[in-house]
Amino acid sequence: VPKFVFTCTDLSIWLVTLAVVIYALRIRRDADLRRTWRHVLRDPAAMCAAVFLLAFGAVALLDSVHFRLRVEDAGAAAPVYSPRTTSVLDWLLQGVIDAREKTYSAPLAYRSFVREVVVADGATRREFPRLQFGGAHLNDPSRQWSGDVLARSLAGLAAGLAAALVVAILVILREARRRDVRFVVALRLVASYRTDVPWRAVLAAVVVLGAFTGWVAAIWPHYHPFGTDLTGNDVLYQTLKSIRTAAVIGTLSSAATLPLALALGVLAGFYRGWVDDAIQYFYTVLSSIPSILLIAALVLLIQVWIDKNPQWFDTGLERAEFRLFLLCVILGVTGWSTLCRLLRAETLKLRELDYVQAARAFGVADLRIMLAHILPNVAHLVLIVTVLDFSSLVLYEAVLSYVGVGVDPTSQSFGSMINLARSEMSRDPVVWWNLGAAFTFMLAVVLAANLFADAVRDAFDPRARALRPRRAARQPVAASAK
Amino acid sequence: MAGYIARRILHALWILVGVNLLTFVLFFAVNSPDNIARLNLGGKRVTQQAIDAWKVQHGYDKPLWYDATAGGTARVTNTILYQRSLRMFSLDFGRADSGRDIGYELGRRVGPSLLLMLPMIAMTTAASIAFALALVFFRATYLDFFGTVLCVVMMSISSLFYIIVAQWLFGKVLHEFPISGYEGGADAFKFVLLPVLVGVVFQLGSEARLFRAMLLEEAGKDYVRTARAKGLAEPAVLFGHVLRNAWLPIMTHVGALLPYAFLGSLVFESFFGIPGLGNYTIQAITAQDFAIVHAMVFVGSALYIAAYLLTDLAYAWVDPRVRLA
Repeated sequence: VPKFVFTCTDLSIWLVTLAVVIYALRIRRDADLRRTWRHVLRDPAAMCAAVFLLAFGAVALLDSVHFRLRVEDAGAAAPVYSPRTTSVLDWLLQGVIDAREKTYSAPLAYRSFVREVVVADGATRREFPRLQFGGAHLNDPSRQWSGDVLARSLAGLAAGLAAALVVAILVILREARRRDVRFVVALRLVASYRTDVPWRAVLAAVVVLGAFTGWVAAIWPHYHPFGTDLTGNDVLYQTLKSIRTAAVIGTLSSAATLPLALALGVLAGFYRGWVDDAIQYFYTVLSSIPSILLIAALVLLIQVWIDKNPQWFDTGLERAEFRLFLLCVILGVTGWSTLCRLLRAETLKLRELDYVQAARAFGVADLRIMLAHILPNVAHLVLIVTVLDFSSLVLYEAVLSYVGVGVDPTSQSFGSMINLARSEMSRDPVVWWNLGAAFTFMLAVVLAANLFADAVRDAFDPRARALRPRRAARQPVAASAK
Repeated sequence: MAGYIARRILHALWILVGVNLLTFVLFFAVNSPDNIARLNLGGKRVTQQAIDAWKVQHGYDKPLWYDATAGGTARVTNTILYQRSLRMFSLDFGRADSGRDIGYELGRRVGPSLLLMLPMIAMTTAASIAFALALVFFRATYLDFFGTVLCVVMMSISSLFYIIVAQWLFGKVLHEFPISGYEGGADAFKFVLLPVLVGVVFQLGSEARLFRAMLLEEAGKDYVRTARAKGLAEPAVLFGHVLRNAWLPIMTHVGALLPYAFLGSLVFESFFGIPGLGNYTIQAITAQDFAIVHAMVFVGSALYIAAYLLTDLAYAWVDPRVRLA
């Protein structure tokens, strides 16, 4: 039995997941919330983005269960555990981690990217050596390679598309049963966007995702789909690890703004007077410091602190995770003033409303009024701001890592990948796949988050809905049942 | 108006005092001078003697905020609080942990930062307003839709990608621009041009989207409808009514960017090797030089507060109602 390691980021990200699930259950019960969320459910771009976000979330969660494998040692009395902490994702992809080359290799390559001195038949020559793992199963790679890659790619794509097709058929069957129509009619409804949920967009995302997953599954055991980096590690594997870091930064940092923003914002708006003055002063001071400088200073401080106390961490991964956690806390502590300002203004408005005045007249305690009457009515602001923050935080991480105050140098992130890519682009011939992979996946994460956040904002803020770009008279009409 | 200005200036100073005290607590109380010394000497096995010697040499050996042994005003002035923090109000930034005079470096490096950031901010604003106006002109058409989608895609790409790809394309493949570097005088132009262009492209998405929202907010108001109803042509409505009234929020937004004209950009300056203040900061962070970071935080906050003050005063000047509030 492996020894499970619960790092602070793991616990927090699972807590956030739990909170999201509880919120989703609340939506089901609450008619008002359901009506609002229906706006999001009817937005094709948002639903398409949601499919991708779910996939990225699954990768992040798989990479958030850490354990240390037991080392077989008959002599030891107590069980001995490996000094390496691995996650479920690492465990699933153990084959990829082990298939480590010496240095750079291009995507799908069977030869190294760098020439090496080879001694053959008494003469030394400089040539591109075969890779240890990529395409190692080929006997005569120069002739077999293209056919092999093509065959595997097609097989993988076909399998992925078949899986997506099954999902599509299930969706259409469900729609057909719900509306009590024939399959072909349901198909036509789905294809022309005339369903409540824009299934066509969802299915398009599923097809893209299925095709990609199928292709990777077919290629990965024998090649490196996105090549390898300077130390010979698989780039796609590192990209998947980076997704987890991005998700942690995006969710935990926005979660970390909540305690301060909620408490201070509601207090300032509710009590006004000197409480309001003090809190306003506090956040004005904080927000007038350029955030990147404040973050840099705080990260330097925690770095000193971590370096001084190496005894706290059993493994390097735990130290890296702790630093990531503190980075999120720092981003939260330095970034709460926007939300606080909004909450204060909204509370100022709410406290004058009749139902709050009535509660005061009845002698309800202040704390209870804030918790029961104010808080639920500012929740939409909290939701909009946290969801909108996610993508900018992911982008910010890359900049922070570049500046040198981002994640731990040992952990994988988009920022650290881009940093390395900077010198790779000046090589000749150019090493483009590291940057390409980081670009593709980062764009996918941030774009999906942006599209989803926009839909959430539109749903909860009617004023924002007026700003949507509309395609005049071509707006898909959602036909409610039949 | 004079009373209003005085009130705002006092308020701004009061906030700057808060910034100064907050950063003092962060830098020297939460993080003890011993830690700074250990960090600079490097390594975990540093003797206490070495630390003490370093502290004496760099002036960190004083009490934090009150010296009971000294007499007169020295009780207050012979402290880290006074030497390192309060003295900044007289624009005396002291020496960096590496020994160089911070004030001198700031003066030397603000020029390149201004040369990079002022054109960048001006061109970004101009290009974004033009793009946003075009989107508003074609609102509710496919052009508006795809233009907005383009904005969202552009703002989903990290600034680092724009820089790396531009350096690779224009510097390495096309040989049009030097990849990085800087020279004073008229030659500065060719070193600054590429970073400025990249900066404009990188910020176009988010800025244009923001300005589009501001313009549309204005375009939905009744007086715009009246202007159309009385038969004004669409360009006249857009420029004469919508844009004119949207200037206020747009300029507020741009005003908040002005501090960065002086502070420079950490990323752009270090990528393109421009010896401005952003580059200075990034070097200080890498070298873990707390004195420089502390000074930059103070300067940055002072500039931010000044920009805020100017925006406030400009508002009061344009709109007399603000003064009474």
